[in-house]
Amino acid sequence: MMDITEIEEQAALDKIKSGKRLDGRDLKKFRDIKVETGVAKKAEGSARVTFGDSKVIVGVKFGVGHPFPDTPDEGILMVNAELGPMASPNFESGPPGKEATELSRVIDRGLRESEALPLEDLCIEEGEEVWKVMVDIHILDHDGNLMDASALGAIAALMEAKIPGYEDGKVLREEKHDFKIRRTPIACTVAKVGDRYIIDPSLVEEEIVDGMVTVTWTEEELCSLQKRGNGGFKKDELIEIFELAREKSDELRKIIE
Amino acid sequence: MSKDKKLLKDGKRIDGRGIGDLREMEAEAGIFKRADGSGYFRMGGTEAVAAVFGPRELHPKHRQKPKRGILQCRYNLTPFSVEDRKRPGPSRRGKEIGKVSEGALSSTVFLEEFPTATIDVYMEVISADAGTRCVALNAASIALADAGVPMRGLISACAAGKIEDTPVLDLKGEEDKDGQVDLPIAMNVDTDEITLLQMDGMTDTEEMDEMLELAIKGCKKVAEKQREALMKTFEDSR
Repeated sequence: MMDITEIEEQAALDKIKSGKRLDGRDLKKFRDIKVETGVAKKAEGSARVTFGDSKVIVGVKFGVGHPFPDTPDEGILMVNAELGPMASPNFESGPPGKEATELSRVIDRGLRESEALPLEDLCIEEGEEVWKVMVDIHILDHDGNLMDASALGAIAALMEAKIPGYEDGKVLREEKHDFKIRRTPIACTVAKVGDRYIIDPSLVEEEIVDGMVTVTWTEEELCSLQKRGNGGFKKDELIEIFELAREKSDELRKIIE
Repeated sequence: MSKDKKLLKDGKRIDGRGIGDLREMEAEAGIFKRADGSGYFRMGGTEAVAAVFGPRELHPKHRQKPKRGILQCRYNLTPFSVEDRKRPGPSRRGKEIGKVSEGALSSTVFLEEFPTATIDVYMEVISADAGTRCVALNAASIALADAGVPMRGLISACAAGKIEDTPVLDLKGEEDKDGQVDLPIAMNVDTDEITLLQMDGMTDTEEMDEMLELAIKGCKKVAEKQREALMKTFEDSR
């Protein structure tokens, strides 16, 4: 098993205290980020995102189904994440565990609360049939900060997605209709180490931080928050984190626009 | 869409509360015999029980940590706690809340005192009228203290939110459903450290500051109630 050693953790901690990172980065710098879209031919929208050595692929598929009773005239958004055994020696096969569930739900809330998707345009017949937008996140290689990479992949895949046609109960995948995203929610995770903040924590850094907050901003609004892992934050620290995340999420947004 | 359903009238809410008022609270410690510690908490129409087992040996062994113990949480809504019967067992939502509850409680417990051990916290929501994760955590924190687990302080939780563009404290069901923001937090009121923070809805930093301020005040009142319940166990055993 390729577990992180204590020496490595100590080295990462010492580096951050001196204002740098183990990989040479500044505290508030992302690793190299790459976003490619259209990487899964059968998907209606897809993106492969790398943050340093972390790699995720996101696919969007459309399907037709029954609406929820409380929203009979709206489409359905579903976000799912798989932390499969390929991505880390510590991941196992089987149904999504707590980590995968948290990952998918935080990204789901960012998309839902920002009303990024025009769900009310996705009604086929009120109370009977609506489009289901299914966003599947697959983690390929885990070297930390899967949250930000996956969220960026999800919105990038949705931005390039096209809706198929639908006639007589059949989905016509060769047809491609426009699907317009209203806002671009971007998740940015800020971690606290002593009295310093870092962004885009690597796997080793995730082990040593005193707490993390994933902050999702649209262009204008703060739309979702999740404190993750152990540790605690004072109110003033949180306020600082919200603003730092806002600035940094603008950087990520530029990559996909 | 929900604007016609007046949630606020002359600064009063549908149940007559002001914007900074909590619902009526009730708390009790030591409610179960078999568990090492247990607790009950009610906030208006939301009530939960919690039981703590441990510190005890963690199985499977490969999950043990050589230098510290771990704390594990299960959060579950009973099938009869909601309008339409819920399928038994934790849902995706329940799993996530279990995880953030672990994050909320772990840092207050001296886990470094219990290498290789686990402390298991089980939370069951008996009836749900919004704020279930906060009420469950309040019960869990009482249960941890009742079990004699060494802690840096009690964890106290409550939610703030926004209804009809106004920040308010402790949303009840109707307010949560038609509200604009839900912001549950949990904190150690002795150190002012917020250990659970979730938010959904559309807001900004300034408004967050206001809502956090409200929620922190609420947590302080919750802490008093939790302490009262724990003190009472000593009176009873006299």
